[in-house]
Amino acid sequence: MEIRNLVEMRPGDEGIVVDIKGGYGLLRRLEYLGVRVGVKIKKVSSQFLRGPVIIQVGNTQVALGYGMASKILLKEENLSEAGQNSK
Amino acid sequence: MRRILLIGNPNVGKSVIFSRLTGVYVIASNYPGTTVEFTKGYIRLGGEKVEVIDVPGTYSLEPTSRAEEVALEMLNESLAKSGARSETDLVINVVDATNLERNLNLTLQLLKKKIPVVVCLNLWDETKHTGITIDAKKLEEILGVPVVPTTAITGEGIAELVSRLKEAKTGSYSYDEPERWHEIGKIVSQVQTVVHRHHTLGERLGDASIHPGTGIPLAIIVMYLAFQLIRFIGEGLIRYVFEPLFNKFWAPLVLRLSSLLNFSGFLHDILIGKLIDGKIDFETSLGLLTTGLFVPLAMVLPYVFAFYLILSFLEDSGYLPRLGVLVDNLMHRVGLHGLAIIPMMLGLGCKVPGALATRVLETRRERFIAATLMAIAVPCMAQMAMIIGLVGRFGAGGLSLVLGTLFAVWIILGTLLNSFIKGESPEIFVEIPPYRLPYWDALLKKIWVRIVGYLRGAVPYVFLGVFLVNILYVLHVIDFVGKLVAPVLTGILGLPQEAVIALIIGLLRKDVAVGMLSPLGLTRNQLIIASVVLTMYFPCIATFVVLLKELGIKDMIKSVAIMFTSALLVGGMLNLALG
Repeated sequence: MEIRNLVEMRPGDEGIVVDIKGGYGLLRRLEYLGVRVGVKIKKVSSQFLRGPVIIQVGNTQVALGYGMASKILLKEENLSEAGQNSK
Repeated sequence: MRRILLIGNPNVGKSVIFSRLTGVYVIASNYPGTTVEFTKGYIRLGGEKVEVIDVPGTYSLEPTSRAEEVALEMLNESLAKSGARSETDLVINVVDATNLERNLNLTLQLLKKKIPVVVCLNLWDETKHTGITIDAKKLEEILGVPVVPTTAITGEGIAELVSRLKEAKTGSYSYDEPERWHEIGKIVSQVQTVVHRHHTLGERLGDASIHPGTGIPLAIIVMYLAFQLIRFIGEGLIRYVFEPLFNKFWAPLVLRLSSLLNFSGFLHDILIGKLIDGKIDFETSLGLLTTGLFVPLAMVLPYVFAFYLILSFLEDSGYLPRLGVLVDNLMHRVGLHGLAIIPMMLGLGCKVPGALATRVLETRRERFIAATLMAIAVPCMAQMAMIIGLVGRFGAGGLSLVLGTLFAVWIILGTLLNSFIKGESPEIFVEIPPYRLPYWDALLKKIWVRIVGYLRGAVPYVFLGVFLVNILYVLHVIDFVGKLVAPVLTGILGLPQEAVIALIIGLLRKDVAVGMLSPLGLTRNQLIIASVVLTMYFPCIATFVVLLKELGIKDMIKSVAIMFTSALLVGGMLNLALG
C-alpha cells in the first residue's frame, strides 16, 4: 500500500490516516473534528491554485488549507468499494 | 436565578433548541471583558423562572479560540455558583446524532466537570436518512444521565427534554484521560449501527457548491440574487411603508409643532430644522424630529432589515462556510483566509457586527488587516444609503465608479498590508455543515437581535450628529474649521469649503451627510469624490469604539492613520483623474 498525503490524493479517494506531521495545536484542532491517526477519510474536492481541500470524516465535511492537507499522510484503501458492495 | 447552559459543538442546532425553549424575549450581550457575544432568554420550570444561555459553540473544553474560552468560563462560573449556594445550574449538552463519536468527546469532558447534565440527541430526523440507528436508552444507561432524542426544527422531543430537565444529574461514567477516544469508540460501537445508503439531494447540492467548476458560478448566482432581493425588499419597504408613514402621519404632526414654535428660533432649528418652501424635507431639514428620525428609520433600517434577513438565511442554511472555501484564494492575496468573508459580509450590513465578527480569525495580524479593510473599503448599509443618495441620481455609471474604486482599494490596500505587516496568514480550517432549511423562529430571533443592535448604535449617534450640526452652525465653528482645512479640501480633493461639515459629522454617522451635501449643489464628479472619501476616511463613532476594544489602542491608531492617508490619497487621485 502506498502512503500519500491528502493533497496528492484524487477527489473521491479514500484512505486511513497513518500520520499527521504537525505540532500539538494542529493535532488537537484536527482531533476535535474527528481527524486523527487510524481514522478513514475521503477526499471530496480541492480548489485550484493550492486552494483548500475538502474531506469527509464520518458524517462531517471539513475544509482545510493546502498546507495542512499536505501534512496529513494516508494509506490508500481500495477495499472500500468491495466493502460497500457486500452490504 | 438558576441557569441552564446550552453547550455543544458548532452546527448542531443549538440555537434552534434555544429558540424552542425560550419565549419571545431574548437578548444578546457580550461576555464581560470580551467581544464574544451570546444570547440569553428565559423558561418557566414548574413556576420557577430559569435563565437559558446559548453558550458559544465549542468542540472541547480545552479552548482553541476566544469563543471556546468563554464557553469554558461560563461553565466554570456555574460550577462555582453551585458550590457557593444551594441552587444548581445545569447543562443541556446538545449533540449532533449524526456525528455521535465526535460529539461524545465534549460530552465526556462535561461529565467530568460534575455538573448536572441532560444530553439532547439533536438532528434525530437526519439519522434516518443517513442510515444511522442509535439506541438512546442504552446510551443513557452507559453515561448515567438522561438522553433525549430531539428534532428541534419540528419540535419533536422538546416537551420530553423539558420534562426531563429535573432528572439532570452528574454522570456516573468514569474513564482514563489518555483512553478517551478508545472509550468513545467503545460507547459508539455499543449504541450505534450504521447501514450504507445513497446520497441525498442536499448532499449532491452541497458537493456541487464546493467543487470549483460548479461552485464559483453558483456563488455568483447566489450573490446576485441576494443583492437583488435586498434591494427589492429594502426599496419596497421604503416606498410603500416608511415614506408614506412619515409623509402622511408624521409630517403633519411636526408641521403643527413648527407652527407652535412660530416657524423659527433656536428650539425650532434643533427639533425641526429648516423648512424648505414652508414644507419639511426629511432629508435636508436637519432637525432631530425630522432628519434625525427619518435617516436611521426610513432610509437605512429597511435595508438593514432586508440585509440581515438574507444574510441570516445564508448563514443558517450552511452556505457561508462554502463561500469561504471558494473565496479562500482571493482572501490569501490580502493576508486572510476564506472565513474572513464573514466579517466582510456582515460589514456590508453594519460595521459594528462586522468588527465583532473579526474574532473568527485566529491571529492579531489577520484581525488587524480584516478590521482595517472592512472599515475603509466595505460600505455598510448607512454608507450605501449615502452613496445612493448622493450619486444615485446620475445613474449606474457614478455608482459603479464609487463601488469599483472601493473594491480596488480593498485589493490594493490589502495586498500592501499583507506584504508590509510581518507574519504568516494561517490557513482555513472549518467544518462544512450539511445544507439545512433554516428554522424561521430562530432566524427571526437572530434578525431581531441584530436590528436592536443596529438601532442602539445608530439612533443616538444620528441624534447627536444632527444636534451638533445645529450647535456648530450657531457657534460659527463650521466656518472656522472650514477655512482651516480649505487647502486640503479644495486643493487636494476639489471639494468646496462648505463640505467640511459633512466630513465632521461623518465622524459620527455617514447617512446624515446626504442632507448636508445635497444643498451645496456639487457636480457629479465632486459627489463621487465626496462619497469615496466619506466612506473611507473613518467608519463611524460606534464602529470606532468597537474596533478600539477589539484591536487595542496601538493598532487602532495605526488603523486610523491608514484610513486618513488612504482616503486622502484615493480622493486626490480621483480628483486628478476626473479633473
